[in-house]
Amino acid sequence: MKRNAALAALLVGCSAAALTAPAFANTSITIAGSTALLPLVKDASEAYQKAHPDVQISVSGGGSGTGINQVAAKAIDIGDSDIQAPAHPELHDNRVAVIGFAVVTNPDVKLKGLTKAQLQGIFSGKTTNWKQVGGADEKIVVINRPRNSGTRAVFTKTIMGSAVIDESSQVEDATGTVVSVVKTTPGAISYAAFSGTRGSGLNELEIDGVAPTDDNIRSGKYPDWSYEHMFTQGEPTGEVAKFIDFVAGSKDLVERDGFILISSMKVKETDR
Amino acid sequence: MIAVQARRSHRTERIAVIGLRVAAGFVILAMATLLLYLAYEGTKTFYVDKFPLWKFLFSTSFDPDSGQVGSGVFIIGTLAVTLFAILVGGPFGIAVGIFLAEIAPYRMTQLLKPAIEVMVGIPSVVYGWLGLTLLVPLIRTHTNSPSGFGLAAAGIVLAIMILPTVITLSEDAFRSLPPTIKEGSLALGATRFQTIMRVLVPSASSGLAVALILGIARAIGETLAIQMVIGNATRLPMGIFAPTAALTTEIVTDMPGATEGTLLEHALFSMAFLLLVIAMLLIVFVRLALRKRN
Repeated sequence: MKRNAALAALLVGCSAAALTAPAFANTSITIAGSTALLPLVKDASEAYQKAHPDVQISVSGGGSGTGINQVAAKAIDIGDSDIQAPAHPELHDNRVAVIGFAVVTNPDVKLKGLTKAQLQGIFSGKTTNWKQVGGADEKIVVINRPRNSGTRAVFTKTIMGSAVIDESSQVEDATGTVVSVVKTTPGAISYAAFSGTRGSGLNELEIDGVAPTDDNIRSGKYPDWSYEHMFTQGEPTGEVAKFIDFVAGSKDLVERDGFILISSMKVKETDR
Repeated sequence: MIAVQARRSHRTERIAVIGLRVAAGFVILAMATLLLYLAYEGTKTFYVDKFPLWKFLFSTSFDPDSGQVGSGVFIIGTLAVTLFAILVGGPFGIAVGIFLAEIAPYRMTQLLKPAIEVMVGIPSVVYGWLGLTLLVPLIRTHTNSPSGFGLAAAGIVLAIMILPTVITLSEDAFRSLPPTIKEGSLALGATRFQTIMRVLVPSASSGLAVALILGIARAIGETLAIQMVIGNATRLPMGIFAPTAALTTEIVTDMPGATEGTLLEHALFSMAFLLLVIAMLLIVFVRLALRKRN
């Protein structure tokens, strides 16, 4: 943030005047936004700072909306988002990775998959019992993300179509919370980023017979995915540009954190 | 020499007075800024988006994408969890207050007081977490609620959280009674129970009212702990174990995604302003209760 930069400058000034100045970072990058992208940006920033000790990067969450708002208000350098920012045409869209989202249920739901139409029925509140879609006689507990959540926006766009999400369903506000609530609540269903669902023990559903795997996203068969965006004011320059390139190019980190390299995508779509 | 000293002490005194005035002025300034800012942002729903006030307060249709920000669900949710908390926690807290002031042996008071202080110091996220890991599964397995999240879980967590406030203030209310009324009652042959119920409780009633009102204020303002267990569903609580949402939980759930200048953001500010108005009203009630006592 600007204030931090000013404070750092003040500290540098003071200590330079008083003593011989210790080695202060002379470039600072402030990043906030999407909690889905957070793990990757955090890991990348640690690796980047190790290689470039003169750069100081601070990373925080807040959600995609916060990321876009803050960078649009010039309060931060980079705003992370799972969704595009049509309201802010002045922002420069830097795509750094592809994120996949899985529809997950409590392990007690033994279904292998659902069709899009069945998912629309469940999330619009019309289907309320698992037996209506071929499961056991058990109530469906729908868990949603908050309005304007990036994860929810992508789900709405790629799965719900013209169906409307039932506002009266339960809402949990972070990927981690969703995963733990679905895990402990019998009959629960929700949707979350691969990075949160992999290895969580939840039942990951096939959609129209297509499993939520990286390869199915690369080939364009699996629908629920999006680009991860790092928005900047205008085209990025200097260390900011270098860091964004670093995030997008860190194959090891991207794959370890559950994302997909953009360069490995076979299907090209521009409006995600 | 003396004159110099006198002048010097005079000067330090004046500096001290100026310092205190600045501090007091700063508090007033901070309060006024907060109030004006919230009033400014919180009324945009009505004069920028032209959403009618009565609909904001009484409509239960909240769907900002289609221009509806009726916050009745959240207002009723807040009232319901608060009522639940005060009905459970209020009598219990006053009972403990009576016990501490009138019945408990000295040793026990010495043990209970620090315990209550610790209860105040526990962060609300810890209460919420305990609610999430202990209470929610308990409700799920023992009721027909499919998820366990909802009004009851939030109300019980809140009831526990307001206990220290209610206990401490009601104990104070009893301790501040003149000892003569108790002695008089006992001297007339009343039992200890009769003395407490017929003499002490009525005499301390305004102090007990303050204890309950401040307990309510604490309950209305609590956010994180109940957000973790209430279910955050935009619907009226259809039964005691059903998920719903309160003003505070709705603000914290949707705030991160609310884009500046949108109806959703304005509506959330209106809810914040409404909470401030409620808090101010409660303080007015406290003042009235205290005035009655004096």
